Order: sequence, then structure tokens, then C-alpha cells
Amino acid sequence: MSAPPILQVDGLSKAFDVSAPILRRLLHGEGRTYLRAVDGVSFEIPKGKTVSLVGESGCGKSTVARLVVGLYTPTEGKVVFDGHDMAQVQGRAEMAKLRRRFQMIFQDPYASLNPRWRVLDIIAEPIRAHGLMSDDTAIARRVGELLEQVRLSAKDGEKFPHEFSGGQRQRISIARALASNPEFLVCDEPTSALDVSVQAQILNLMKDLQTELGLSYLFISHDLAVVYHISDYLGVMYLGRLVEVGPAREIFRDPQHPYTRMLLDAIPDLEMTGKKRIPVAGEVPSPIAPPPGCHFHPRCPFANERCRTETPLPVHIGERDVRCHAVEEGRLEAEVAAAKAKAPAAVA
Amino acid sequence: MADKRPVLDVRNLRVEFPTRRGTLTAVDDVSFQVGEGEVLGVVGESGAGKSITGTAIIRLLEPPGRIAGGEVWLDGERIDNLTAEQMRRVRGKRIGMVFQDPLTSLNPLYTVGRQLTETIMTHQELTETQARKHAIDLLGEVGIPAADVRIDQYPHQFSGGMRQRVVIALALCVNPRMIIADEPTTALDVSIQAQIIKLLKRLCEEHGAAVMLITHDMGVIAETADRVAVMYAGRIAEIGPVAEVIRNAKHPYTEGLMGSIPVVGHDLARLTQIEGSMPRLTEIPTGCAFHPRCPKRFGRCDKQRPELMQAGASRAACWLHDTAHAEAAE
Ligand SMILES: Nc1ncnc2c1ncn2[C@@H]1O[C@H](COP(=O)(O)OP(=O)(O)OP(=O)(O)O)[C@@H](O)[C@H]1O
Ligand SMILES: Nc1ncnc2c1ncn2[C@@H]1O[C@H](COP(=O)(O)OP(=O)(O)OP(=O)(O)O)[C@@H](O)[C@H]1O
Ligand code: SF4
Ligand code: SF4
Ligand SMILES: [Mg+2]
Ligand SMILES: [Mg+2]
Repeated sequence: MSAPPILQVDGLSKAFDVSAPILRRLLHGEGRTYLRAVDGVSFEIPKGKTVSLVGESGCGKSTVARLVVGLYTPTEGKVVFDGHDMAQVQGRAEMAKLRRRFQMIFQDPYASLNPRWRVLDIIAEPIRAHGLMSDDTAIARRVGELLEQVRLSAKDGEKFPHEFSGGQRQRISIARALASNPEFLVCDEPTSALDVSVQAQILNLMKDLQTELGLSYLFISHDLAVVYHISDYLGVMYLGRLVEVGPAREIFRDPQHPYTRMLLDAIPDLEMTGKKRIPVAGEVPSPIAPPPGCHFHPRCPFANERCRTETPLPVHIGERDVRCHAVEEGRLEAEVAAAKAKAPAAVA
Repeated sequence: MADKRPVLDVRNLRVEFPTRRGTLTAVDDVSFQVGEGEVLGVVGESGAGKSITGTAIIRLLEPPGRIAGGEVWLDGERIDNLTAEQMRRVRGKRIGMVFQDPLTSLNPLYTVGRQLTETIMTHQELTETQARKHAIDLLGEVGIPAADVRIDQYPHQFSGGMRQRVVIALALCVNPRMIIADEPTTALDVSIQAQIIKLLKRLCEEHGAAVMLITHDMGVIAETADRVAVMYAGRIAEIGPVAEVIRNAKHPYTEGLMGSIPVVGHDLARLTQIEGSMPRLTEIPTGCAFHPRCPKRFGRCDKQRPELMQAGASRAACWLHDTAHAEAAE
């Protein structure tokens, strides 16, 4: 990643207090309970590029997104936006100036639009909130431009959200996110609620806007094919930790971490090649009491004693960071080959 | 399977919703068959009529929805005209169902074991001990570890993927001839999704059941189905062998749908895009319902409605495949 990053995330952690109510804690002598939703996550997003986060439900993707846009305060670590450490920003005015430059798009285009507002007012809201324009005709003109930018019509501003289909509503959310001329968008499952054909329209639009406006994206999805299509870089999360991060194409072609391998192996095969797979085992453990050492060890076919006790640290391989003892020890490739040779025919 | 009697035979099914603004036709003249050990995938955009087709077959349509025409045959017996009581028995014993949300199919107040043994005992002459043993075997078969312990737990003590497997066990415990699975993996993670798909496929092969698998996930279809029906605006646009439909689509809608799916390993700057969106039931276009969005439409498309016709190894409802009287009908 040589271009200067628009975003740097460094050792980011978030612990939620999920303790029982105080009375119960006193009666039963329980201490406080914390859930470490995000644990020491570091990555950066070069300007004009897309970085995606993937991983099973509950692994902390949305929490990272919310930390990045400032909806949550980090427990540890920092978020650096275009060289500004967000925790060190002095004064409201300075903060507002930075906040205008990044926006978030959510999964649910139904819930995120106020049903009682006209589309015009929904999209104009960030313009007014950031005091970018005050003249109503100028605002209306800008909203018209934004609607056309997301391939809707300027006339649609008069309508209410319920008059639009799911895909059109997601376009409205994107138009609203673009209203303050941001350089960086955080998109949390922006197409997961949509049909494939509508998803294609939105993904194409996002790519076009990236080219037209030079936007950078942090993209979150559990659909690996969508991620393959949209990403320059990829981060794979497991129980709050980033276990592998690097150029997306490389990871898809040659995954290193055993969890990444498992995840990519589970992609339904649209090409119907009937490739041989290592069987997927087990389920995601509780994030409140994650397994010690490497969180993945109870499901990992390559775990040994060290994995059960010692947390793996990132190892650099080319442009990649991987957190796995077996990779670090250089024993993984041989063991994977052995496992594949042994894999029963039934899993082919 | 052409010479063998199909397990499920749906003929000209039509489902209507009478509303204040007139009668809506959600399923319009749909016919298909599913054979023994076969998985028929049913795909299409949201609102295409996939779920309504499934619920109409098992007669669980929510009022005011009603079957307005057609016939449903199960193993050579007509079932769409059975009484409600007779139909309830068919549902419990001969047709199993798996829905998207496993919680709606499980009673939170009873242990998993109790729900399984009770279902088994209503349909088979077994003692409680025998039924329990059968239930443990089934849980093992659907991949629940330590089934003899887990059987005495409640649904909320299971993870989402495990609950969905319990629902599958519940659907299978009476050895149904037909399984209707509506989005059984949509709420699940890819890794668990892969397990459920393999399970469905294996069970279908081993038990010789017929499966109707409703989903909008083409990846799931590619892995599981033998044949696919593509639905659009309440009708079947194309039906054929899975490899044909995926690689060599005959209907322009299927072609658009396949092109719009991103695929790992395919480096495309842009995805193929079908312009516009599916019509509402109140404003279904005349002629071919797809014509306003179709890049290949021609003269007759907006006037005459195409029926399914042979197109290679598949059948497609598209005038492009009308070899008999091409433009002559104009
Ligand atoms: N406000 C909160 N309070 C307590 N726990 C939380 C809170 N928000 C998230 N969590 C927990 O943190 C973990 C990570 O949640 P997060 O929403 O980031 O996951 P995710 O990767 O986005 O999952 P999904 O794919 O299901 O959206 C989960 O175990 C979740 O239950
Ligand atoms: N109670 C109802 N009254 C009127 N129309 C209804 C009713 N229930 C369903 N419909 C309509 O029937 C059509 C088919 O619905 P169906 O649920 O079968 O779609 P689907 O293909 O399963 O879509 P999805 O992928 O969203 O589940 C839809 O257009 C829907 O709006
Ligand atoms: S550190 Fe050990 S348990 Fe964790 S992924 Fe690597 S080999 Fe598996
Ligand atoms: S019948 Fe005409 S409009 Fe319909 S899909 Fe075929 S070519 Fe397109
Ligand atoms: Mg999330
Ligand atoms: Mg449905």
C-alpha cells in the first residue's frame, strides 16, 4: 500500500460491558463481564481504494465500521483519518470539518430513511447540518444533481421513501451520503437486503462513483463474491481479530490463514467444478469467553499446544499480514496437503 | 425420470389474492414436476412468486390468498382438493417443510427431543424409547454432535445453524416423499450454509425424497439442484437442467440474472445489469411480462404472451425460441 492512506486504524479495540444488572451481580458475587467485539485491529485504506472486511456473523465487522465513523469510542487504539488522529481533534468546528468528509451507508434502506420526510429533505439534511449551503433553491438544485448522480430523477425529490423499491431507496441513502461531498464512505452490508439484479445496479453505481469522484470505501459484506468484485484489499476477521489482511486478489487466489481457507472453501461453486474441499467443522464460539490462545483453535485442523495457549501475532508475508502460528512456523503448507490427501471422497 | 411417475406434479397452478383494488394473480399458470431423489431449484427476484407457489402446494396460503386453478399431484394422487383434515396428514407425513426462520418451526417451550419424538410417534407405531432412539439417530445424521445430550436441550440453547438442522431433522423424521425448503440457508453464514446444503443433498439421495429448494442464491442452486425453474412475475420464465440454465441461459431474464451475479475468480469492471425492476402485481405488462426490461424484445413481445417452449435442453417462455411461426403471427 504505497499511496498515502485516507484511513489508518491502529490497534483498535472495543469492549462492551455486558454485565448482569448490578443487583444480581451483588447477590451472586459476580464481577463485570465484557465482550471484546474488536480486539487489536490494524489496517489502512489507500486513497481511492476499497478495503473490505469479511467474516462470520458476530465477528465484529459492524463494530469496526462504527468505531471508524465515530459512532463508538475505542477502548484502545486509534483511528487516523487523512493524517488526523480522531481522538486528538480539538474543538467542535475542527471535528465537524473532518466529519463532513466521511459518511456511512447502512444495510437496511428501509430503516435508515425517515418515512415522514420527502426525499428532498432527507438528502438535504447533511447539507443543512454541515452548513454547506443555506439558499433553498441552491439546495434543491444540488439535491437534483445528487439524485441524477445515483441514476434517479431530480423530480423524485418530491416523493416519500415508501414510494420507492428497495434498490431505489438504497440509491437515496447513497445520494444522502454523497451530499456533503465526502471522500470516504463506510458501507455496512449495503446490498445484503437486495435482489441480485438490484445489487448489480448498486455495485456498478458504487464503482462508477468511485471513478468519478475518487472515493475510498470501507466495505462490509458476508458475500464473498461481492467482496471479490468490489475490493482492492481484504481483511478477514474472526472473533474480533483481523486474522489475515492484504491485497484481495492475492488472498482469494492463495489464502494463508486456516480460517480464510475454510471460508473460501465454503463458497458455493457457481462454476460447478466439483473441487475437493476440506470439510468445515464447528461453529463460532461465544465472544464473551473466546477460546484462549488462537481463537480459532477449537475449529482448526492444524492446532497444536502453542495455538491453545499463545495468541498469534501478525506475520508479514509479502504485502500480507497473517496471524497464525502454523504460518509463522512454516508448517502449514505441508499439513494442508496432507489433510487434502486424507479428506474423504464424500466431501468432494 | 421422464418415464417414471414424478413425486410432485404441479399442473397449471394459479394463485389469486382478491383485494379492494381487484384480484391480483401472484402465481399464474405454473407447471412443473419433481422426481424421486431430485432437487428442483426455484429462483427469481423478490416477489416473483416462489414462496406463494410453495405454500400453495402445501395449502398453507394466508387468506385472502387462494388457489384459483390448476392441480397438485403427489405420487399419483391429487392433493389440492383434499379436505383440510386430510391435508394436515399429508403435510405431517408425506411432505416436510423447512422455512427460512428456524424459530417459527420450533416450539421454544419444549425440548428438541420432545418435539422430535412427538412428531415421530404421531406418524409411526413406536414406543417412546424407540422414538427417542430414532430422534437421536436423526440428530446425529444432521450433524449435531453429542446428540444424546443435546436432545434434552431447548431450541434457544442451539445456535442458528444447529436450529436449522433440527428443523431439517423434524421435516425428515417421518421420511417424507417431498421436502419443500424455502430459503433454508439465507439467514446463515456461508460455512454453515455449506453444511446444510450438503446435508439436504445427501438426505435427498439416501432417502429418495424429492426436494423443492426455493432460494435467490444461485450459488446454492449450482451446488445442490438437478434442475432449476426461474420465476418472473408469477410465471416460470425458464426451466431446465442446472448446468444449462446457469451456463447457457435461454430466456433473456435468466441471462440478465446470471450476469448480475458476481463470481469469485471473474474479473469484471462492471456487472451485467438488468435495467428497471420487477413489475408490481397490479401492473403486470401485457404480452411477455419481461418486455419493458428486455434488451432483445421485438414486434410481438408486448402483445402476445409466450408459453414455455422447447429451447435446447431447457424450456423457456420467450418468443425468441418460437421456431414454428416466427414473425408470421404478427
Ligand atoms: N452495543 C453492543 N453491546 C453489546 N454487545 C455488542 C454491541 N454491539 C455488538 N455487540 C457484540 O459484538 C460482537 C460483534 O458484533 P458486530 O455487530 O460487530 O458483528 P458483525 O461482524 O457485524 O456481525 P453480522 O455479520 O451479524 O452483522 C457480537 O458478539 C455482538 O453481539
Ligand atoms: N397477502 C397478500 N396479499 C396480496 N399480495 C400478496 C400477499 N402475499 C404475497 N403477495 C404477493 O405475491 C407475490 C409473490 O410473493 P412471494 O412471497 O411468493 O414472493 P417470493 O418470490 O417468495 O419473494 P421473496 O424472494 O421476497 O421471498 C408478491 O408480489 C407479493 O407481493
Ligand atoms: S494459530 Fe494454530 S489454531 Fe490458530 S489458525 Fe493457526 S494453526 Fe490454527
Ligand atoms: S418474449 Fe420477447 S420480451 Fe419476452 S423475453 Fe423473449 S424476447 Fe424478451
Ligand atoms: Mg454487522
Ligand atoms: Mg419468498
